[in-house]
Amino acid sequence: MRTLKFLLRKEFRQIFRNRALLPMIFIMPILQLLVIPLAADYEVKNINISVVDHDHSTYSRELISKIHSSGYFRLADYSNSFNDAFKQIENNKSDLVLEIPHGFERNLIRENSQQLFIAVNAINGIKASLGGAYLNNIIAGYNADLRVQLTEVQKFSRRPTIHITSSNWFNTLLNYTYFMVPGIMVSLITMVGVYMCALNIVKEKETGTIEQINVTPIKKYHFILGKLIPFWLIGVFIFSVSLFGVARGVYGIVPVGNVGLLYAFLAVFLVAVLGIGLLISTYSETQQQAMSLAFFFMMVFILMSGLFTSVDSMPEWAIVIAKCNPMTYFIEVNRMVILKGSSFADLKNHFLIMGGFAVVFNTWAILNYKKTS
Amino acid sequence: MADIAISTNKLTKRFGDFVATNEITFDVQQGEIFGFLGANGAGKTTAMRMLCGLSVPSSGEATIAGYDIYKQTEEIKKHIGYMSQKFSLYEDLNVIENIRFFGGIYGLSGKEIKEKSNTLINQLGLQHEAKKLVGSLPLGWKQKLAFSVAILHEPKIVFLDEPTGGVDPVTRRQFWDLIYAAADRGITIFVTTHYMDEAEYCNRISMMVDGVIKALDTPRNLKKQFSAASMDEVFFELARGAQRKAD
Repeated sequence: MRTLKFLLRKEFRQIFRNRALLPMIFIMPILQLLVIPLAADYEVKNINISVVDHDHSTYSRELISKIHSSGYFRLADYSNSFNDAFKQIENNKSDLVLEIPHGFERNLIRENSQQLFIAVNAINGIKASLGGAYLNNIIAGYNADLRVQLTEVQKFSRRPTIHITSSNWFNTLLNYTYFMVPGIMVSLITMVGVYMCALNIVKEKETGTIEQINVTPIKKYHFILGKLIPFWLIGVFIFSVSLFGVARGVYGIVPVGNVGLLYAFLAVFLVAVLGIGLLISTYSETQQQAMSLAFFFMMVFILMSGLFTSVDSMPEWAIVIAKCNPMTYFIEVNRMVILKGSSFADLKNHFLIMGGFAVVFNTWAILNYKKTS
Repeated sequence: MADIAISTNKLTKRFGDFVATNEITFDVQQGEIFGFLGANGAGKTTAMRMLCGLSVPSSGEATIAGYDIYKQTEEIKKHIGYMSQKFSLYEDLNVIENIRFFGGIYGLSGKEIKEKSNTLINQLGLQHEAKKLVGSLPLGWKQKLAFSVAILHEPKIVFLDEPTGGVDPVTRRQFWDLIYAAADRGITIFVTTHYMDEAEYCNRISMMVDGVIKALDTPRNLKKQFSAASMDEVFFELARGAQRKAD
C-alpha cells in the first residue's frame, strides 16, 4: 500500500506538471463536446435545387414555392433547359434538378396525372437520397392537396387513404444533439483513456526510467495500479464535467435515468479502456508506435461504435466487430440511461460484457508486461 | 561464502544464434570495487542486466548477495542498486521528489527518507537546487545524484553501467570520491567504464572480449602480465583480438 502511495504521488505530480498534456486532458474534451454535436447532424439542409419549368403555369409556380418554403431547399438556379440545369450539377452548384414538363397543369386537370422528372447528384449519398426523399414528400403533399381540391369539385372517387400519426418518444423534438452528446462523451473519454495511459507508460520506456523501476522491488501490480488509478480518476472527472457541465448546462440534457447507474458503468468501462491503453503500451517501444497503434484502434472504435451510424444496419461481419468494441456498449448505455431512463435490469448484459472486456484486456496486458526480458 | 557478493558460473546469454555473453565465471568479494571492462559490444551491459535481474540468462548459474538469479530475483532487487547508461531519474520531478520517490519504493520510513535526503543534498552541495527539476541540472550533477539515489537504500551491491560517460574530468574525480565513500561503507561496486584511468581505481578488473572474460586480476598484476606501462596498453593488447564489430 505504501509503495502505491509513492507511485500515485509521483504520477499525479508528473501529470499536473506537464504543461502540454494538461490542456489535452481537461480542455480539449470539453471544447470538442461544445463544437462537435452542433456540427455532427444528419439532418440535411441547404440542398441546392435547379428548377427547369417548361410549363410556367399557376400550378408549377405553386409547386416551386412549396419546395422553396419547406426550408430544406435553396433555389440555386432557374434554367430554361435540362442541359443548362445539368451544368449546375456538373459544376457542383446544385444537388437536384426538378424538371416540370410542358403541359403540367393541363394534364393534371384533364388526365388526372402527370409525371415529373428529378435528377439527383448522388456523390454525397446521404444528401442525395434524403434530398430526393424530401422532394418526393413535398410533391406527394402537393399532390394530396390537389386531389382534395379536385375531388371537392367532382364529388366522387372516395378512395380510402391511410393517415399515419407518429409520436416521438424519448426525444420528442427529434433534437439531434440529444442523440449525439451522450455518444461523443463516450468517444472523448475513450480517447483520453487510451492515449494518456499508453503514452505515459511508453514514455517511461523511452526515457529509461522503467528500467530503473524494474530493478526495484516494486511489484508488477503496484506499478500498473499506479498508472491506472490516476487516469481512472481523470476519466471520471472528465465524464462528470461533460455530464453536468456541458450536457446539462449547455445542451439542457438532464439524465432521465439513474446517474449512479451511469457512474457504475463508467467505472467498469474505464478499467476496460485503460486496459487497452496498457496493452498498447506493452506492444510499443516508442511513443510514436504507441500513437499509431492507438490511432488505428480509435478510428475503428469511433467509426464502428454506433456513434454516427447505427450498428443494426451494418453488415453481419461489421456487427461482429462492433460487438467487440467496448465503446459500442457504453454509447448504448449512455443513450439508454440518459434519454430513456433504463434501469439496471435492462443493462445487465452490458455490465457483464464490459466486465469481461475489463478482465480480458487487463489480464492480457499484465501477462504481456515484463519486468525482465 | 558470506562475503562473496557476486558469484557466477558459466553464465550465458544468447539472442538467437548470437551469444552475447559466453560462459562467464567470476566472483566478486563484498566491499570490492570491481571494474568490468570491454570494448563496445563485448557483452558487458548484457552481463550486467542479467546480474540485476532485468534479463533472464540462457544458461549458467549466478548468485547475487547470496540469492539465486533465477528463483529469487525479487529478493535480489531489494539488495542491489542500479544506475544505467541512460540517465534514469525522473526529469520532471525535482531533486527532493526523486529522492523521496525512490526512498519510498525501497521501503524506507518517512524519517529515514528525510534524514537521507538532507545528508545527500548537503553532501552533493545541491542545497540551492533541491527544488529544481532534475531535467534542468547539468549532466555531471545528474550522474552524481543518480548514483546517490541508487545507493539510498544501502544495497549490498551497486551496478554502475558507464556512470561517467560524457562527464568532465573534475566531476569524474568527484564521482569516484562518492564511489570510494560507498565502498568504505561496505557496498560492493560493480562498474563498467571506458576510461582507463578509472580502471586503475578499481580493486580488480575483468576484461571482456567477444562475450568472454579474457583476463581478470588487479590492475597492477594485469600490467605485469601483459608487460604494459598502463591500463590503456593492456586494453589495446586484449581488445585488438576482438572479432565482433563495435556497435
